[in-house]
Amino acid sequence: MALIRPFAKILPAALAFALLLTAWELCARLGGIAPTVLPAPSRVLAQAWENRAALAENTLPTIRATLAGFACSLLAAFTLSALVDFLPRLRRALFPLLIASQTLPLVAIAPLVVLWFGFGLLPKILLVALVTFFPMMVALVEGYAATSMEISQMLAAMGAGRWRIFWAARLPSALPYFFAGLRISITYAVVGAIFAEYAGAAKGLGIYMLSAKNNFRPDLVLAAVAVSSVLTLALFGLAVLVQRLAMPWENAGSEGKSDPDAGGRA
Amino acid sequence: MTRLELRDVRKSFGALEVLAGISLDVRAGEFVSILGPSGAGKSTLFQLLTGALKGEGSMRFDGAPLDGARFAFMPQRDALMPWRRVIDNATLGLEVQGMKRRAARERVAPLFAEFGLAGFERAWPAELSGGMRQRAALLRTVVQQRDMLLLDEPFGALDALTRAAMQRWLEGMWQSHRWTALLITHDVREAVLLSDRIYVLSARPARVVREVAVPLPRPRTESAALAREAAAIEAGILDTLLGQPPIRVPDHPMEN
Repeated sequence: MALIRPFAKILPAALAFALLLTAWELCARLGGIAPTVLPAPSRVLAQAWENRAALAENTLPTIRATLAGFACSLLAAFTLSALVDFLPRLRRALFPLLIASQTLPLVAIAPLVVLWFGFGLLPKILLVALVTFFPMMVALVEGYAATSMEISQMLAAMGAGRWRIFWAARLPSALPYFFAGLRISITYAVVGAIFAEYAGAAKGLGIYMLSAKNNFRPDLVLAAVAVSSVLTLALFGLAVLVQRLAMPWENAGSEGKSDPDAGGRA
Repeated sequence: MTRLELRDVRKSFGALEVLAGISLDVRAGEFVSILGPSGAGKSTLFQLLTGALKGEGSMRFDGAPLDGARFAFMPQRDALMPWRRVIDNATLGLEVQGMKRRAARERVAPLFAEFGLAGFERAWPAELSGGMRQRAALLRTVVQQRDMLLLDEPFGALDALTRAAMQRWLEGMWQSHRWTALLITHDVREAVLLSDRIYVLSARPARVVREVAVPLPRPRTESAALAREAAAIEAGILDTLLGQPPIRVPDHPMEN
């Protein structure tokens, strides 16, 4: 049963996905639509395999930009959230700015960032960080605030200072919130990197899509899209895995063990 | 020997007067309860004692003005950290005092059996029953080896049966350890079962309306005669709390 259950869980999603692909394939083949307009999934797959070397060559820079940008974003979110937790005034100063940063249209910002910082890794890192930073930051700040008053008071009564309370209580309390934010922002990360590359890069999925489009190869555009989807799904899965490992108590005690001797000791 | 001595302790939040002059004493090895209606300001008193709040009046310990680390505090509910295993919850106070985690574990581990937690050292708090969680919380409190325990309605969140079992268990534990303890409760039966003396508080603004000695021998759950005497004391306290004209209640045990 333990092995069958995960399969049973993903079966509906897999079926829906297969159905969609089949419908698409039939439309493309029987509808008489030119492959330069709507290529069938089978053709996308075949072309992806044929161009696997070029795809791989352009996927690596995107992975690098995504991971580097996300790492920076994570570090910044943690540092700033901790600062804001210790200095509530800073929160009032920073949050309006951060919210404003989320209103910037990426289409306009990406070319500017490339203009300012060139075609290297730096503009990609900045753009990935820009789109992924906010959900994690907000989640962390909300998570700190969700710390149980009783635990904080108890720690204070034990003689713990602010730092100790932060590390021992506020940070662990924020973990479930943080991972919720992480799962949201990690789905933006690859898209952010691709956007940055689209605006200007030597190599990368973004620039690959752009040139494929300019060469009237929608099949290769879609192949790159598929790769980016797989990347995002993999990162999402990784985030879930890390959450499991980082919070082993989450799955404990859903049924609660019985108390063998609640009354027997007097 | 008087350890804790409060004289005319007052606390207001703005115009809201919460404590209107509380005076009480706790002697060494004595179990004292503060009994009062919900919202009377009992927890506020504990916050004054632990230094979380500042109030007026005199608070002295062993004759000197109250300074920081005298109390081991057990909050309402259990405040176990779900992200720490039971043993690491138990060591928390020692770690805050600067003890290394390994040394703290070695200090705490031998006590698990006495607290009915043997075999659950590596469990997560979510895996424990309500009664076990309270015992783990009490273990975390007593291993701090402070001068006095402050217990803030420790069994308030438990179901009635578990609470009764825990009260008996705590009475037994107290008999063998003789901690100096101050318990907050609104459960009259609990106060009479556990205490040497009881301070009955009025509704807010709280003042001590009555001090009741409970000179019953321990353990108190054994004989029917003791239960009758305890019931008489309970009835007298209830009358005080509910504002009825007090019936005659013996301050000393009757011989049946």
